[in-house]
Amino acid sequence: MNGFFDIPSDLQHSWLGLIGLHLREALLPVLAGLLIALPLAQLCVRFRWLYPPVLWVTTVLYAIPSLALFVFLIDYTGQTELTVMIPLTVYTLVVLVPAIVDGVRSVPQETLAAATAMGFGPVRRYAQVQLPIAVPAIIAGLRVATVSSISLVSVGTLIGNQGALGNLLNDANIYNRPELAVNAVITMAVLAILADAALVVVRLLLTPWMPSGKRDRKEAAAL
Amino acid sequence: MAVDRLSLDIPDRSITVLVGPSGCGKTTTLRMINRMVEPSEGTILLDGKDIQQQSVNTLRRSMGYVIQNAGLFQHRTIVDNIATVPRMLGWGKEKARERARELMERVGLDAALAKRYPYQLSGGQQQRVGVARALAADPPVLLMDEPFSAVDPVVRKGLQDELLRIQEELGKTIVFVTHDIDEAVKIGTMVAVMRTGGRLAQFAPPAELLSSPADEFVEDFLGADRGIRRLSFFSSAGLGLLTAPVVAIDATAEQIAARDTAEAPYLLVTDLDGKPLGWSEPQDLTAGSVDKGQLLSYGRPFVAGTDSLRAALDCAVLSPTGWAVAVDAEGRVAGVVSQQTIAEAIRGAHAEGRTDSKVAG
Repeated sequence: MNGFFDIPSDLQHSWLGLIGLHLREALLPVLAGLLIALPLAQLCVRFRWLYPPVLWVTTVLYAIPSLALFVFLIDYTGQTELTVMIPLTVYTLVVLVPAIVDGVRSVPQETLAAATAMGFGPVRRYAQVQLPIAVPAIIAGLRVATVSSISLVSVGTLIGNQGALGNLLNDANIYNRPELAVNAVITMAVLAILADAALVVVRLLLTPWMPSGKRDRKEAAAL
Repeated sequence: MAVDRLSLDIPDRSITVLVGPSGCGKTTTLRMINRMVEPSEGTILLDGKDIQQQSVNTLRRSMGYVIQNAGLFQHRTIVDNIATVPRMLGWGKEKARERARELMERVGLDAALAKRYPYQLSGGQQQRVGVARALAADPPVLLMDEPFSAVDPVVRKGLQDELLRIQEELGKTIVFVTHDIDEAVKIGTMVAVMRTGGRLAQFAPPAELLSSPADEFVEDFLGADRGIRRLSFFSSAGLGLLTAPVVAIDATAEQIAARDTAEAPYLLVTDLDGKPLGWSEPQDLTAGSVDKGQLLSYGRPFVAGTDSLRAALDCAVLSPTGWAVAVDAEGRVAGVVSQQTIAEAIRGAHAEGRTDSKVAG
């Protein structure tokens, strides 16, 4: 009963169950962060003066320790997953907003002028030109946000075992089973690497139009 | 103020060039036509109707727009780039793509490029895609904003020739912005020279611009060799070509002696097809054993009748003998002509004031 994958019963999950829980607690905040960051970044692109204060606010929010946010949130959302996910969502903004703003701004002026001249309205231009061209920058931001979110979930263990794989760290301590801590660390690292790789694959699928590898460049040179 | 009290009547189905130094408001003028810049006062009429009265996106979709560096959508394939406006106008995907392929052929792009992305094309090819994209929905008006400025001179010349050829076929109303006066003179039916502050300095056909610039500013802008450039507008058709000083490489001693006239100090030797090989002094030619290596270079020949007097004069100036070689369309020698004869033709053309017929330079 004391094997590497034998999870103490107080966690009420198998090892695989903890992985599922961990992914949910880590990835939902990234998704929510993306949904908040997209319109926020668009506002920052549209109104240039808005960008520095928004950046400042996201940075300050990032500087607040999650523990402090938990203490504040427990009054409203209790000892739940939601209490863990709200700070994680807030933290993703510090990476995602600048990534999207830079990505959208990287669209060349002549491309925008051409789109406008062809009769693209602002909405169509955003959805069909700016956003697709910003995809590589957005995914680069998502990779950082995802990996950091996967590692940060474990802090939820402090508010009533809401830290998924992170809870194993606490159990390793109280049951004197160090292998549980090793398990937690290795599993989280592998999850982070796999999630990162998955995002790279998504990027490759979404951007067949990006120069990649030497073979393509040689082809272009030969034309 | 970018553009000040500018009044232009742009003729239908011809190329009107806006040219001027940077900051003269030529791009602003162009962008007022498709309302990317709104004028603070004044009106712009399109076929007699005020463009302010139409929906802005409908107006823009009825005008093709070509921009420097092409401004292609890097995330779409070539064929989908070209199909953009037809798709927005509600065409089906297949119909729009078929139209795009047709246009690729029209602008001289290999059909194999259809599925590629812009980064895989050279600058010149991208610019062709830009032209094809502007033509996709067959708009009556084409706006071109320094479209060929960012490509190298050889490619630029090719694109200019291609544009003139396409215009020959399609007869669009084109407004073309450039800072390059040579480009303006080459492609413009009418040229509007603008000065800083967005004022019109002169609006005239290119030949008139070169022969009688309105003021010092226009004259300066045209540059030092406008007299030479004006020769582009005179045909070489009327030049008196001499055929006497031309001998074939297998000529006999009698033939060479017979051709040795006082008219020309040199004889032009041709191969058996009549293509030029080089010049020689008559006494250096030995019948039956002409050494090609000993011949003087004949320079670059001009095509009699098709090329302009400028091309003919250039050939004569380049030729070490001072004589230009005229060839026919197949490259066979049509005759030779001296600098003196060309100079007389130039004086004659000036006297006639024949500035209406424009020929390739």
